[in-house]
Amino acid sequence: MSGEPGNVNRTQYRLGFWLLLAPIVLWLSLLIILPHIDMVLVSLRERIASRQYGFSLSNYTAFFTEPLYWNTFVRTAVMSVIATLLTLIIAFPVSFYIAKVLTGRPKIALFILCLIPFWVSELVRTYGWMILLRETGLISGALQWFGLADQPVEMLYNDVAIMVGLIYTSMLFMVVPLVTTLDSLDNSLIEAGYDLGGSSLHVMKSIVIPHAMPGIMSGCIVVFMLTLGNYLTPTLLGGKDSLWFTEQIYTQFITRFNWEQGAAFGILLLVLSSLIVWLGLKITKQSFTRVMS
Amino acid sequence: MRSFRQFKYLTVATAAAAAFSVSVQAETLRLLTWGGYAPQDVVEQFEKETGIEVKITLSNNEDMISKLRATRGSGFDLAQPSQDRIVSAQADFDIYKPMDMSKIETAQIIPSMLAATEKNTQFEGEVYGVPHVWGTSGLIVNRKAAGTIKDYTDLCDDSLSGSVSYRLKRPTLIGFAFALGEDPFAAYGDTEKYQAILDKVEKKLTECKPNVKAYWSGGDALLNLMRSGEVSAAMAWDAGGWKLNAENPDIAFVAPSSGALGWIDTFVLPRKTKAEEAAYKWINFVMQPEVAARITESAGNFTAAKGSDEFVNDTLKAQFKESFPQADLDNINWYPPVPAGLEEMEGKVLDRVKAAN
Repeated sequence: MSGEPGNVNRTQYRLGFWLLLAPIVLWLSLLIILPHIDMVLVSLRERIASRQYGFSLSNYTAFFTEPLYWNTFVRTAVMSVIATLLTLIIAFPVSFYIAKVLTGRPKIALFILCLIPFWVSELVRTYGWMILLRETGLISGALQWFGLADQPVEMLYNDVAIMVGLIYTSMLFMVVPLVTTLDSLDNSLIEAGYDLGGSSLHVMKSIVIPHAMPGIMSGCIVVFMLTLGNYLTPTLLGGKDSLWFTEQIYTQFITRFNWEQGAAFGILLLVLSSLIVWLGLKITKQSFTRVMS
Repeated sequence: MRSFRQFKYLTVATAAAAAFSVSVQAETLRLLTWGGYAPQDVVEQFEKETGIEVKITLSNNEDMISKLRATRGSGFDLAQPSQDRIVSAQADFDIYKPMDMSKIETAQIIPSMLAATEKNTQFEGEVYGVPHVWGTSGLIVNRKAAGTIKDYTDLCDDSLSGSVSYRLKRPTLIGFAFALGEDPFAAYGDTEKYQAILDKVEKKLTECKPNVKAYWSGGDALLNLMRSGEVSAAMAWDAGGWKLNAENPDIAFVAPSSGALGWIDTFVLPRKTKAEEAAYKWINFVMQPEVAARITESAGNFTAAKGSDEFVNDTLKAQFKESFPQADLDNINWYPPVPAGLEEMEGKVLDRVKAAN
């Protein structure tokens, strides 16, 4: 008898737990897990004749045997890694300045300034870059006006343009986690570092960066995944030689009607990018749970 | 409590009203079409005359097929793919429904076009398409900078380094094949021969790459490139050329000497259309000569409606005459239906051209 109220409480607690969990479970299973299972199934099919499909691994072997697809993936991955590192190099001083040097109003103002570009859509921002960089664009015009160039300069349609666009797009996702972790670093620790005779470089290397490491890694993971999966920026800013893996997936699905190949590429992108992130964590000796908490 | 009850009544009343309004609400026609094919004033007049609401989704050939494939032919009541892309899509994905020709006022349509479309969109004995707008792909040339351009392969001329643009899509392959002296349409049924032609085109397009400023994908992007003078010659649609010509007389649409590529966009019923009657009404409505002329003004291309030329403005007619003297008009290569499987071969070529350095 005495155990009863406790039981009721426990079942109520359990019910509440499941009710609270339900939305996220539904969200994950209906919108992420089920479609991915379907993708795997589609990727294992091959078109034999009209309306006839058979089991086949050819979509996966095509990725490894056709150098074009493989090269496109490597190119995309390498450019994404470079973009991530450049974003980190640019964002770190900015975040340090916001978190440690500024206080009060200017701090908030600067943080909001980083945020404002994200109030317009990515498409509009990319078109902005196109207006700036094109041959008859603002920068080219300004260079000619100042006499630094004697004819129109084309800065669009190349890999540098893609890089600029990607870094600009992902800046915020690096600044936010960095500012958060740097904020949590006690200023007295930095002061102690100086008091004990450490140089600025030394303090940065052995106090600030180790403390900020989880923030750096989580920022890097987010930025890397975003650039790797970006479609708009490489397509619009890239030139005739620019290949991007997501573009390849889009082409397979939409213009080639080859859903099987597209699905295989999608799965490969997921697996290979997860592998790269795992490698990155291993090399920097960070654990995923710590980085994401 | 009283307020709660009032609230309850109010909710019930609103719900009933909403349900009622849905049941009496006008039919809707969900149209999957190209930019310019359903101008605002035409839609408004149709809505006023029939009480049917028209919802427009802009698209292109591949996108239409992909959209309908994803939903297995539902989500839209009327679509407008080109006539050569209907049979293979129907064979592979079963996304369309045969047309009931008795419901179409065929007397409004130019007989030769109707017959051609009927022949090209026939699958298992049923007709799927009715012609609507037709036009060509050819060359848009800035006569000041690139006056010597006569054919597709002239785009690869050394003098035009870095100032040429075309699409990396199948019309480019076909156009270059014709300009190289081949007849790709005749090889549609012969995979081996078609592959040989494609290899030749691939080589040419790879050589031509240094000349290309950018491969265009959206029509507006190309118009901007031509307008700003960044590109002086391009392979593109005639309507775009005439639009630019109206702004800048130096730019003109030229029918290539190996022949412009002729396409006809059609009306097709998606398999799970929910407003078939409305779809037929729309087809018969837009094929009236005077309405068709308004579509010509907005799309820039002529329609298959009989006698609508009379209502089209003189500028467009003059531009058309200038681009297409009778000899060039007879020289147009009309797209025959694409056999299934061919586009996969073409896709590989396009991929390799894009990746080539």
